[in-house]
Amino acid sequence: MPLFLNDHGSSFYDFLVSRGQDLLRDAPQAGGHASASGPQIHSSVPAFPHGTTVLAIRFQDGVLMAGDRQATEGFQVSGRRIEKVFRTDAHSAVAIAGAAGPAIELARLFQVELEHYEKLEGDVLSCEGKANKLGQMVRGNLPMAFQGLVAIPLFAGYDLKRREGRIFKYDVTGGRYEETEYYATGSGGKDARDTMKQLYRRGLTEVQVLRIALEALYNAAEDDIGTGGPDLVRGIYPTVKFIAVDGLRDVEESQIAAACRTLIDERRERA
Amino acid sequence: MALPYYVSPEQMMADKAEYAKKGIAKGRSIVAMECADGVLLVADNPSASLHKISEMYDRIAFAGAGKYNEFEMLRKAGIRHADLKGYTYSREDVAAKSLANAYSQTIGSIFSADPKPLEVELLVVEVGQAEKPNELYRISFDGSIIDERGVAVIGGKSEALMTFLKSRWTSASISLREALRLSVDALDTVTNQKLGPEVLEVAVLDRTRPGRTFRRIAPGELRVLLNSP
Repeated sequence: MPLFLNDHGSSFYDFLVSRGQDLLRDAPQAGGHASASGPQIHSSVPAFPHGTTVLAIRFQDGVLMAGDRQATEGFQVSGRRIEKVFRTDAHSAVAIAGAAGPAIELARLFQVELEHYEKLEGDVLSCEGKANKLGQMVRGNLPMAFQGLVAIPLFAGYDLKRREGRIFKYDVTGGRYEETEYYATGSGGKDARDTMKQLYRRGLTEVQVLRIALEALYNAAEDDIGTGGPDLVRGIYPTVKFIAVDGLRDVEESQIAAACRTLIDERRERA
Repeated sequence: MALPYYVSPEQMMADKAEYAKKGIAKGRSIVAMECADGVLLVADNPSASLHKISEMYDRIAFAGAGKYNEFEMLRKAGIRHADLKGYTYSREDVAAKSLANAYSQTIGSIFSADPKPLEVELLVVEVGQAEKPNELYRISFDGSIIDERGVAVIGGKSEALMTFLKSRWTSASISLREALRLSVDALDTVTNQKLGPEVLEVAVLDRTRPGRTFRRIAPGELRVLLNSP
């Protein structure tokens, strides 16, 4: 590989695009037409895995991000242990829903993008800057979205200037919208949002917000066929990350398992 | 049509080399040293924001001496090279050897083809993992590449520094603090002044850190490391 001496700016994504190597824009030319009513998978595209429910909730120290572990391919479960919440740098994470292939690639590219900027500039991007850049990358995926490969991320970060957690959701055109309390996306997103709407209040503690996240994912798994609930037989639980002033932290699996068991026991009593 | 003056290739190369050496000799020096914690990099740099030492990748660091705009351009190109490789293949496939080679090729071809050679000297260092030893590469203005052991030095006073350090650096098992003091002693001696934490740029590739091992040592921490008994 030669060295690229010309100035390509500080964006790795733009550098890839300028080299015509952008993996996200090399859409497979499936012989379908985009439907006017929204992206639909054309029959000529074979079934491929979809990520299901992911969510983010703000709490007193920052923001929580969580997701179930299931990938769905039509009416089949294609993966039970996939990871949908990705650390993108010390103070941000991206959760993905939709076509798993391009979505995971988008998250990986975004990780490199943030690190690349940090190394070139010797400075980290602001929280807002990261959210905007991700929006541009989602927009870059538009041609693929029209062919049914919709990859929509959810972005959560800790804003070191404002000293608070922030949540951004996106639409397929790269539109970027900030959420002030919580948000969930994916096939079970609506069910998760309904749960969070009931339980959310300001100034939640870490324990409280973890409980709400697990409750929302549990309800989504109950009502949405695509979303996977806690799997006590195999020991598979949702993944949860906290992002606060001191950085991003994965919640221990044992802690999530214990919280899931408590939740299930309480439901059993209620039933 | 006027013919250009004939200059023999030997003369042209010698002139270019002299020009580049002169440019580099004006610059301040940088020391890279193996120690128990990893690889330490110490630069004599009065600027707190214009860096000479930089992170390249998970286990790789870069240092440049000479003309700032030239080594800064090379630094950015190196990061692009490393990130592209890591993204295309895998993070573990990014190696200092291939980066040093790319630098050597580029600097070498500029030296022979362009009218003005680059007035830079570079260090590309990689901290080893488990059994793998550290790697220290020094790349000169003409693209020649030297694989150093233990200590590597670039910049204006590099010969005097190397003479000082050769006899004093004993083994890669010295602690970070010992390595730091030795490097600062060496820089103090060749510059004939006492360099304080505010004019030193220090970073370490920390063997024990997972993922990105590069860490800058801020003036506050540096003061503690240099002054405590």
